[in-house]
Amino acid sequence: MAGSSVSVDLSQAMATAPVAAGDWLVVAPSLITMLGGALCLMLRKNTDLQPKLGIAFLGALVLASLTLLVRVLDHGVITMVMGSWLPPFGIAFTVDALGATLSFIGSIVAFCGGLFGAASVDSTGRRYGFYPFLLLLMTGVCGAFLTGDVFNLYVWFEVLLISSYGLLVLGNDRIQLDGAVKYGVLNLVGTNLFLIATGLLYGIFGTLNMADISLKVAALDNPASGTLATVAALYFLAFAMKAAAFPVNFWLPASYHTPNVVVSAVFAGLLTKVGVYALIRVFVLILPASRDHLADLIALVAIVTLITGAIGALAQSEVRRLLGYVVIAGIGSMLAGVAVGSTLAISGAIFYAVHSIVVMTALYMAAGVMHMLGGSYDLRKLGGLYRKNVAFAGVFLVLGFAVSGLPPFSGFWPKIMLVDAAFRDDELRFGTALGAAILVSGFLTTLAMGRVWIFAFWRGGPEGTPDGQTADAVEVEAPQLSGGAVWLPLGILTALVVYFGLQPEWMIELATQGASGVDQPFGYQRSVFGEQG
Amino acid sequence: MRTIIFRTIAPYLSALMVLFSVFVLLRGHNEPGGGFIGGLIAASALAIYGIACGVASVRRAIVFHPMGVSGFGLFMAALAGMLSFFKDQAFMTSQWLIFHVSDVEVALSTPLVFDIGVYLVVVGAIGSIALALEEREAD
Repeated sequence: MAGSSVSVDLSQAMATAPVAAGDWLVVAPSLITMLGGALCLMLRKNTDLQPKLGIAFLGALVLASLTLLVRVLDHGVITMVMGSWLPPFGIAFTVDALGATLSFIGSIVAFCGGLFGAASVDSTGRRYGFYPFLLLLMTGVCGAFLTGDVFNLYVWFEVLLISSYGLLVLGNDRIQLDGAVKYGVLNLVGTNLFLIATGLLYGIFGTLNMADISLKVAALDNPASGTLATVAALYFLAFAMKAAAFPVNFWLPASYHTPNVVVSAVFAGLLTKVGVYALIRVFVLILPASRDHLADLIALVAIVTLITGAIGALAQSEVRRLLGYVVIAGIGSMLAGVAVGSTLAISGAIFYAVHSIVVMTALYMAAGVMHMLGGSYDLRKLGGLYRKNVAFAGVFLVLGFAVSGLPPFSGFWPKIMLVDAAFRDDELRFGTALGAAILVSGFLTTLAMGRVWIFAFWRGGPEGTPDGQTADAVEVEAPQLSGGAVWLPLGILTALVVYFGLQPEWMIELATQGASGVDQPFGYQRSVFGEQG
Repeated sequence: MRTIIFRTIAPYLSALMVLFSVFVLLRGHNEPGGGFIGGLIAASALAIYGIACGVASVRRAIVFHPMGVSGFGLFMAALAGMLSFFKDQAFMTSQWLIFHVSDVEVALSTPLVFDIGVYLVVVGAIGSIALALEEREAD
């Protein structure tokens, strides 16, 4: 087997051109977190070292993914094939603007999660492996954003799911196991559907490389055939489960309020968005004809998700469950972008994903701070937080405005793009309804967030406190959090929300580049197969 | 389960299984075998030893916590893929070091290092599950 004893012309099968050191950035995010996760796992008994090590590796992850993003913007799409085996047989990591942007934003959120975790995860949680799990979760998330191979995408999904199971049961409470079972079962079904669809796709095309499939689909006489539509429908169901779209969304509010609040924060930021990312990747890049086929269905699902998510948020009085429904409403907006499918709509969906990653993580962290200040997650027991910390009340108001899509914060611009794209669309049967649903959902979310602000911040004390009077909050649970380490991550994320709101050009440009990269995938295909592709 | 026959035979059986697992690991490059299956055999050896002589003696015998072994394996596997960085090649491109000891050709390679990493991950992960279950049973 050794190369020297048998003479074979390897240039037919292997890439022989030297790989620039900068191209290694493509695997850097997954590699850094994998090494960091392994190291933290070995040292997990050393609970004082854990946060330092974990945060250092997450910081390195942020730097690596930022450098990767800059390089992708400079050089266009970058591809690296594992083990130098040529595509489509070698597994390719292909990074375009979409993947690099999401990986960068995801890294920032994970870094903030690591900082927040230093305050909110106690030494038992650390010994059970909070930081190894967080790092390995990011291995999966970044791998999913950066890979150019459908089966490899499945593998990264598994990596992030296994880590997320670990994070979900970190405290070993009964309620956590209950949440983990609901989360686990539905996600297992989802990944199995994903795997089945991938098997069918391989059966049709004999390849799993995304660029290769997109070329082969484009060359088909009848790209909207029944077989492909079946595969696409399976993918849609699988990714809709991951993304928590109606009607397969019940697992999210049932499980996201059970773990440590920083775990909820990272999950709410990242996991559902990986599902949306996969949806964009598969439906816009690989199977565009099937997207046209299913557009009406996706639009319908988006509308129902938008409305039920927002109404669900209105009905809740537990802050974390309420936020779970707000996550779902946001998923509806991103699905709306996929349903419309124009470049404007997809860039709106990408921008919305970025906004949602940041703002949902920040909101869950804010919920943790509310618990720290008020001693409860229950709106009926919270109150008078404005009196306790005015600056935090302002931060929460900013986040609430942002998540509802009110100017001048980050949620406003992607919603404008999505509504604009939906109203412009003539082909979609529910185009107008879709645009209207985004607006109505935004209005309902405003009410839900306003309700939180009025009850938890404005009202003088817990439920029943008369107007104009103050009462002390009932200390129902011992606060989990302490110290100032919670303010830095919350501050970073809120600053991002404000920045994206006031300076949206940068992110709109990135999102548009990401959207046109999947919409017209010439650059993507050329990066994998060279000029002849 | 703790009959005298089993307790007498288990240490020898475990030792044999670990030896066999290393054999399976090393032949894996060209023939059936490899890190994963080798790791499973070694983990079974730990499990058998645990059933016969108690989990505490297994933990003493392997010195490190199984999850630590697992972490080390992952670390090693990831590093094995990075060696190609210094030769301007893509991640995980295999690197070979071939030398001759008298007449025998010895081929060391990064896939071997990777495979040993996989072996350790499997031993650690499956081993810690098995030991945890046996501990639960003993309670």
